[in-house]
Amino acid sequence: MSERVLMCGNEALAEAAIIAGCDAYFGYPITPQNEIPAYMSRRMPEEGRVFVQSESELAAISMVFGASATGKRTMTSSSSPGISLMQEGISYLAGAELPAVVVNVMRGGPGLGNIGPSQCDYFQATRGGGHGDYRTIVFGPSSVQELVDCMPLAFDLADQYRMTVVVLADGILGQMMEPIVLEKKPGRELPPKDWALTGAKGREQNIVRSLWLPEGSLEKHNNKLQAKYEQVQKNEVLCEQYEVDDAEIVVVAYGVAARVVRAAVNKARENRIKAGWIRPITLWPFPTEQISKAADEFRIFLTVEMSNGQMVEDVKLAVAGKAPVLLHGRPGGGVPTVDEILDKIKQLSIPTKS
Amino acid sequence: MTANGFYEEIIIAGFGGQGIMLTGRLLAQTAMEAGKEVTYMPSYGAEVRGGTANCMVVLANEPIACPVVGRPDSLIVMNKASLNKFAPRLKTGGLLIMNSSLIDTEPQLDDSIEIITVPADELAVELGSPKSANMVALGAYLQKRGHLTPDAAAQALPDVLAKRYHKTLPVNAEALRRGAEFAKACCTSRAKKQ
Amino acid sequence: METVFTRTPTFKDCPTHYCPGCGHGIAHRLIAETIDELDIRDRTIGIAPVGCAVLAYDYLDVDMIEVAHGRAPAVATGMKRTNPDKIIFSYQGDGDLAAIGTAEIIHAAHRGEQITVIFINNAVFGMTGGQMAPTTVLGQITATTPQGREAAGEGFPLQVSELLALLPGAIYVERCALSGAAGIRKTKKAIKHAFELQVGGAQGFSLVELLSPCPVYWRMTPAESMEWIEKEMTKVFPLGRLKG
Repeated sequence: MSERVLMCGNEALAEAAIIAGCDAYFGYPITPQNEIPAYMSRRMPEEGRVFVQSESELAAISMVFGASATGKRTMTSSSSPGISLMQEGISYLAGAELPAVVVNVMRGGPGLGNIGPSQCDYFQATRGGGHGDYRTIVFGPSSVQELVDCMPLAFDLADQYRMTVVVLADGILGQMMEPIVLEKKPGRELPPKDWALTGAKGREQNIVRSLWLPEGSLEKHNNKLQAKYEQVQKNEVLCEQYEVDDAEIVVVAYGVAARVVRAAVNKARENRIKAGWIRPITLWPFPTEQISKAADEFRIFLTVEMSNGQMVEDVKLAVAGKAPVLLHGRPGGGVPTVDEILDKIKQLSIPTKS
Repeated sequence: MTANGFYEEIIIAGFGGQGIMLTGRLLAQTAMEAGKEVTYMPSYGAEVRGGTANCMVVLANEPIACPVVGRPDSLIVMNKASLNKFAPRLKTGGLLIMNSSLIDTEPQLDDSIEIITVPADELAVELGSPKSANMVALGAYLQKRGHLTPDAAAQALPDVLAKRYHKTLPVNAEALRRGAEFAKACCTSRAKKQ
Repeated sequence: METVFTRTPTFKDCPTHYCPGCGHGIAHRLIAETIDELDIRDRTIGIAPVGCAVLAYDYLDVDMIEVAHGRAPAVATGMKRTNPDKIIFSYQGDGDLAAIGTAEIIHAAHRGEQITVIFINNAVFGMTGGQMAPTTVLGQITATTPQGREAAGEGFPLQVSELLALLPGAIYVERCALSGAAGIRKTKKAIKHAFELQVGGAQGFSLVELLSPCPVYWRMTPAESMEWIEKEMTKVFPLGRLKG
């Protein structure tokens, strides 16, 4: 398939996962991502692959854990409250160094919250989420096409680094339809999965575990994980920027919020305001260097988020006090409008204009 | 509208069973096939329980900022509840396509808004296809806005309509045209009140 | 000299960390023997629980995984569905299977997952220090029932195997006891049958529950423990085939 088709984000990412060679999908229904399990329940058996509707998110991530341990490409999906339940399994995946892809189509929180679009799980996703000293790679796509494009990369990175890759979408991205192109592209060259549990045929037993009891062994294991995370931080940052060079105001946003920011910055430029934007595509590893570099010259940084301010902390860490960092946040299902961001940019531009 | 020109935000609303989502998807599909940028956003989850349905479509010649439409340029309403809910959100100079078969009141709106009242259900019944009222309304919208033709929509219909309904393709194409003809013939129904 | 008995190869030649008189070592050996007798070592994957047997992979020489507390049946599901040719077994204690993992075990059985579960019931949480388990019998003193378990407030001992046997997806459920040579022989037969069902491609879930001694947290000698299984535990957890 290489023609443009109109698909909703949830179904598009599911098909992209199938194209990327996902062997097994496990999941439990929750709005606003129900189109994913529904699509997988039809398409995976057609492809001779595995679909199981689990009894809970705890079970779903544990099924992923099992399938991944045997070397299969596997994924699950859920939305915020369900992802909270999956944190147990994600921590074990990190400890056992198993690859997995987890899609979080975020909704409003805390608690049951609502089913509106939200970016309120940024902290959870970018700080590991569960117990222990670990990281997950996190994508924050901003269009259905980008959602589709990040799926094969998510599987490749998961396999390459033996890590969980979280695809952080939201209710809008999951539900909206946009024209996309679905095509199989060549993936990365990946190391063999010689650690996988395949039956100890002609070799010593393989053990997959996250328990390290002998004194010092867990510290060593953690340091090994850390070295791996540093490699990811060094090699896998994805970020897009626009008109930053001469900008007096740099707006930082990801996902759906970044689309609105792009339009607002275009309008600001039409109004002769020197604005630009930086859009992190990987939220972890975060584009710290890119933002830090932009902060070498004095500018005002404005972070726009569909939360009460989570990514803004990473922006502040990157800016490191070199420039002011402000927040425009819309929590609980609120979506910022172009005009409201433009107003904010105009307010900020007053001291530097005229 | 932006400097690049074309940027149209539409809300389509009614009750469950009126084919609201299909209408939105058809509009989006038609626009995509015409090479435009397009997003389609359905109401979903608990929001759609209880019989109301709406969707948002954005058509443009540039990347679309947000698929969620706060203040539409155009509004197609198929029942009274939707009129009451969405009409106050219309932009100045906006377009309202209103199904007069199911809406007996006249909305109190800013004079800049163009109102087309279409007896969509009656026209659909005349065509022998009562369920095609949504297509009549969409035809009227396409005619008024002029950026896409009812024939282009008829051509895109097989791509969004489930195969089991494909026998209704001709009558739905007819309904799109009928709506367009109606909109062409009628002027704004509302006498400008001073 | 003629060898009349030898360590089965899949049971590693190393000392275990289990307490004197504990049943885990016997259960491990019976599983290892079964794997060797059925000649399935090169296609078997075992799942170790959270509990005293968390280190089972140090003793059983097959590909093994250690998983979150109670989730073994879900992990087994993920493995078996993607590897129908492999033999998947989980090894779970009563805290793991009958408390925190109740949902997982019921639903794996309910779906008829083609896996084999070895359920060690010693009526107590061993690893964490002898707290009450769902299977603790009435009156039994544990770290968290200092006056003995009472039905009011703490409930009756949970008979998980009886529950599971009700499910159409479960094709074989049997309860045995690791007390005395006869009990151990019967246990071996049951374990082997459960594995044979999976090897033969039987369409469903199988589980063998083992009443197993925990002298330390029962505050008994190993010999008293054996006697207590036969006299007390079997009253609440009657032995025999519950299904299949």
